[in-house]
Amino acid sequence: MAGEGDRRADLEVERRSRLLDGLRSGGDGRRSVVIALVSTFVFFGVVFFAITNAPGWPQVRSQFFNWQEFKSSMPEIARAFLLNVKIFTIAEVFILIFALFLAVLRSLPGPVFFPLRALAIVYTDLFRGIPTILVIAMLGFGAPALGLSYVPRSVVFWGIVSLVLIYSAYVSEVYRSGIESIHPSQEAAARSLGLSRWQTLRRVILPQAVRRVVPPLLNDFIGLQKDTALVGTLGAVEAFQQSQIDTNATFNFTAYLCAAILFVAITIPLARFTDWLILRDRRRRQAGGATL
Amino acid sequence: MTEALVVEGLSKSFGRHEVLRGIDLTVAEHEVVALIGASGSGKSTLLRCINLLEPIDAGRIFLGGEELTRRHDVNVVRRRIGIVFQAFNLFPHMSVLRNVTLAPRDVLGLSKREAEERAKALLDRFGLAEKSDEYPDRLSGGQQQRVAIVRALAMQPELMLFDEVTSALDPELVSEVLAVIGELAAGGMTMVIATHEMSFARDIADQVCFLDEGRILEQGPPLEIFSAPREPRTQQFLQRIIEAKRL
Amino acid sequence: MTKFIPLLAAVAALAAVAVSASAAGHPTASAGAGASCPTVTSGQLTIGTDNPAYPPWYAGGTKSSKWKINDPATGKGYESAVAYAIAKKLGYSKSQVSWTYVPFNRSYAPGPKSFDFDINQISFTPARAKVVDFSRSYYDVNQAIVVNKGTKIASVRSIKGLASYKLGAQLGTTSYQFIKSRIRPSQQPAVFNSNAAAVLSLKNKQIDGLVVDLPTAFYVTAVQVPNSKILGQFENASGTSTDHFGVVLAKGSKLTACVNRAITSLRVNGTLKRLQQLWLAKATGAPILK
Repeated sequence: MAGEGDRRADLEVERRSRLLDGLRSGGDGRRSVVIALVSTFVFFGVVFFAITNAPGWPQVRSQFFNWQEFKSSMPEIARAFLLNVKIFTIAEVFILIFALFLAVLRSLPGPVFFPLRALAIVYTDLFRGIPTILVIAMLGFGAPALGLSYVPRSVVFWGIVSLVLIYSAYVSEVYRSGIESIHPSQEAAARSLGLSRWQTLRRVILPQAVRRVVPPLLNDFIGLQKDTALVGTLGAVEAFQQSQIDTNATFNFTAYLCAAILFVAITIPLARFTDWLILRDRRRRQAGGATL
Repeated sequence: MTEALVVEGLSKSFGRHEVLRGIDLTVAEHEVVALIGASGSGKSTLLRCINLLEPIDAGRIFLGGEELTRRHDVNVVRRRIGIVFQAFNLFPHMSVLRNVTLAPRDVLGLSKREAEERAKALLDRFGLAEKSDEYPDRLSGGQQQRVAIVRALAMQPELMLFDEVTSALDPELVSEVLAVIGELAAGGMTMVIATHEMSFARDIADQVCFLDEGRILEQGPPLEIFSAPREPRTQQFLQRIIEAKRL
Repeated sequence: MTKFIPLLAAVAALAAVAVSASAAGHPTASAGAGASCPTVTSGQLTIGTDNPAYPPWYAGGTKSSKWKINDPATGKGYESAVAYAIAKKLGYSKSQVSWTYVPFNRSYAPGPKSFDFDINQISFTPARAKVVDFSRSYYDVNQAIVVNKGTKIASVRSIKGLASYKLGAQLGTTSYQFIKSRIRPSQQPAVFNSNAAAVLSLKNKQIDGLVVDLPTAFYVTAVQVPNSKILGQFENASGTSTDHFGVVLAKGSKLTACVNRAITSLRVNGTLKRLQQLWLAKATGAPILK
């Protein structure tokens, strides 16, 4: 049983990973790197020259890239950015849970579950259809306007609720694509062992599905971070609103740059983390088929 | 001797396509039945109907004298039947050990220690002991199928079904899997095996059923079927196999 | 081919007329117009303001659907009246004035302007004056605070008393700076992109008090938020007004000096005061909060 077959087996695993490594690495290394570097420098050099020698450049520079304004606006904008962080952190937790619930609803099979499936479909169509800013405005101003005493008036609350409602619709579709990408034999194998539908979902399907869609999930998270700026329409002073305050006060746009830099600063580590996760997930996906 | 499995008049259609047309099959305890036939003849569907993965349109199934098709709780039924598929059996996000202990713990209620003991004994018996902490992607195809068999055995089923389990393997890995199945047969496990491996079927089967367009066209001991088939279509099928040098 | 000759002749004649018409220069205007006070479109004064055009700065309803609430071209409302008065001083009759929609943040965006001047309740600040030209003040105004009647904040009598409440202001006004520097509240004030949002927030009691300039405060209490009142107005420590409204022109515009001359003469001859009494009469009767 062991011995010969297993040695051959190890060879097979070796062969498989060598093939994949070969596919991943590029062409002949050093020369292409040099070409890439040189052409990059030339391209950006030309762009830089064209911009800084444009006739309107001095005025644009002082109104958009003004160091004094940058220094004076940044501290307050950074403080306001904490509100964005608070909003997207809280929202994301609820989104990940609620969207999973929606995706599971959508995947329930059979005619008996049709009403639930239909509900999930209507929900995702509705909240992916309405522009985010409309939902925020309608809920943020509309709900408190009802005048019911138990309805919260806080705009941050309604901003988070709106973002959760909207993004759950998008993220549930991401989960759904993950669930549907799991080979049906996985469910067949689990059910054949006697696992119930719920046990199968929980132990076999969802752990794989969620792992597969971590990259698009992070993508939606990055989108969410930007959309927190829309809560400013309700009056909350988050980073973008604060930069608008500064801009309108001084008629200088550099404050926008401060807010932009902060948003980019949190996006970059997340994007690299996503890349790392995609790489790591690739290995896990080999298993399943008996051979490559 | 009670019959382990009785299938009566089993019919199954997918939409308008009739895949199984009135299958009658009896498998005695400790018997090994091989299902042979062309792709599309209904072998896989028959196996999936037996463990109720597919709902049937007509007919009855009895397991150890008990009518399965009357039962409401399919999960209970499925514990008693083990099935191994052609591919994508193992759960890639779990180690081999966890793959094997999952159902005994969650379905049979075994404790972690008990389940792992049982798993390790089985893995050891089939030469997979040192792979127990590996993930499926580090195993060869043959090793994965062997683990899949162990996983099904961990539930201590009354009946094992094998759905072309070597068809997707590299040729040099087929024999190690067949060896496992052979050992199980020698140990007295009741089995229904759908396979293209004709020499293997000839060697270990007690009965061979030739499926053709949803019906068992011919049935009998292997020597009879392989050496002196009665039906012309059986003969044609075997002739093609011989020409492809698979027999 | 020959049948095209009359057609070609007609086209040539039309072209000649068109060329000479444009070369003939703009229709004559009275003193002040012309080369020393150039406008974006010659023969026409282009004035910008935001949409909607709110009372009491504008009045008279909309003839076109383009302008919401009020049409600046009616000449009614304080800013509309002042704008036409300036235009007249510059030598442009009512028919030579054209209004264009300029959202607030386009008034100071870099690049050539689509207007000659923008009149939109824009307060002068030194920082802003570095980027655009401001005219002399056409209205010295105080900030005021609007509250809902019957709420706790409605019984406050001093600036200090306001500090514990949630206040709001509109983006682009100096009200936000005023709140932060003079009132110094403990809660972060809210800032709204539009008058509509600010007013709705006050109605919903999502903010306790809305800080706006005094004339706007009268419009808010009279029309927009039922059951609201002006708690009071603010002055500078020295007793002077908190804000000065000026019209905005492109930085270094040659029209600035002309507009300043116009405004000065309107102030001196009492026109500004007359128009304020006509359109902003109510805007004096609120208690001064200290």
